[in-house]
Amino acid sequence: MSALKKIFQPVTDLWSLVVGLQITGRNFAQRQVTVHYPRQEVPPEVNASYRGPIQLVANPRNAAKPKCTACNICVPACPSACITVVKAPPPPITPEQEKAFQEAEARGEEVERPAAPREPIIWINDFSLCSLCGVCVEACPTHCIEFSHDLYSVGTSRKDFKHDLLAPFPEALRPADYKPEEK
Amino acid sequence: MSFIAPELLRIVVGMVAVMAFVALNVLVLVYAERKGAGHIQRRPGPYEVGPHGILQPLADAGKLMGKQLLMPKSADPILYWMAPILAFFPVLLLFVPMPFGPVLTVQDVNLGLLLILAFAGLNVLATLLAGWSQNNKFGLLGAARAVSQSVAYEIPLLLSVLCIAFQYGSLNLSTIVEAQGSWPWQWNFLCQPLAFLIFLVSAFAETNRAPFDLPEAESELTAGFHTEYSGMGFGLFFMAEYANMVVVSGVCSALFLGGWRGPFFDGVWWFLIKVYAILALIIWVRWTYPRVRFDQLLNINWKWLLPLATANLFATVFLIKLF
Repeated sequence: MSALKKIFQPVTDLWSLVVGLQITGRNFAQRQVTVHYPRQEVPPEVNASYRGPIQLVANPRNAAKPKCTACNICVPACPSACITVVKAPPPPITPEQEKAFQEAEARGEEVERPAAPREPIIWINDFSLCSLCGVCVEACPTHCIEFSHDLYSVGTSRKDFKHDLLAPFPEALRPADYKPEEK
Repeated sequence: MSFIAPELLRIVVGMVAVMAFVALNVLVLVYAERKGAGHIQRRPGPYEVGPHGILQPLADAGKLMGKQLLMPKSADPILYWMAPILAFFPVLLLFVPMPFGPVLTVQDVNLGLLLILAFAGLNVLATLLAGWSQNNKFGLLGAARAVSQSVAYEIPLLLSVLCIAFQYGSLNLSTIVEAQGSWPWQWNFLCQPLAFLIFLVSAFAETNRAPFDLPEAESELTAGFHTEYSGMGFGLFFMAEYANMVVVSGVCSALFLGGWRGPFFDGVWWFLIKVYAILALIIWVRWTYPRVRFDQLLNINWKWLLPLATANLFATVFLIKLF
């Protein structure tokens, strides 16, 4: 009996061909899922789960400044070496102040020179190298890097992909020779 | 005009009409194929060139014609350029005995079926030459597959066609169509269902269509027998494939589905409706089934189709003798 069954198994298996045609036929009749991009855009709830180029989190006390403390842990963490962070230098000391400090040191007092602010002045993500792996997001001790939900990030030159992550923060510190780019 | 034989004139006009028909069909089928594939995968298919991408095949044709024709240094130049021509031009001949309508046949040939089956065999030779002459391992593998596949599947195809030929005692397609009635229950696919199925499966294999597209198997052999062809060299193979599909559908409709005979009004429209229905099925099947493995392909043929077709032929002959 089992031998007969074995012989006719392929015949009964032919039904699976009909099932396959049914499945593709049903898909043929159903609504398409493609979004015709320039004419249509995806619904915003799709955007929310999209992991786009990284961005900085705003400082909770001052939304015009980044939360970043310029600790530079993300820089070696990045496997693509696409992050450039420069910490703000200490405020300039005038010659008079310097003299006063030196005199105080000579008297044996403990001098507290003004410390550098814990903020970046340059924060560049080279998106042409970035692989969106998210290691920087995990490495950041202050949780100040996150994925943006920017679906439509485009650029027409290599320069466009050097993302200046400080750009959205108007009160972020900047190098002395910094000129804001015109858009 | 008296020095031109009317027969010759009929053939010339018919061939020109056939060429136009084939070219138009290739454009329509390419579009239908891509749209069908798109919709089965729930995407729109070609959409940007013209309204709903309707001009896409024309744009593709323009692109193919504009491309440079290249030949590998080590290829055999004569055979290499002969192959695409040999693939395409015999296909036009296959339309000669095709019964489009009651009077709409290029030339009513007594041995029409034989002519179609004989010249369809040239397609195998073209595939073999293409794969062999380009001196490319993928091409050679594709050619080897094409030959073993086509030779194998021609046998059940012939056997299933023979069933019909025996039944009507004729190899003339027009006679076979006329002998069938106008209503679907008078058509041959009901009294020869097994032959119909075997013919369909073998036709898929003969036209190198998925799930039997092993000679070009793009995921294994890059493009198989037409790996090295560019521009219209590839274009001719492409056109030949679609023209072959039309021929196979036409023969299938004439043999098993009553050709131009149909309910209420016999005529060329019924033939075209049936041909395009079969073509739609071929496209549907291509986007449904995965490609079979080569041993499976030969197993299907030698272990199933061939014995079944032989048994079917014997049963037909026996019943004909009986009644």
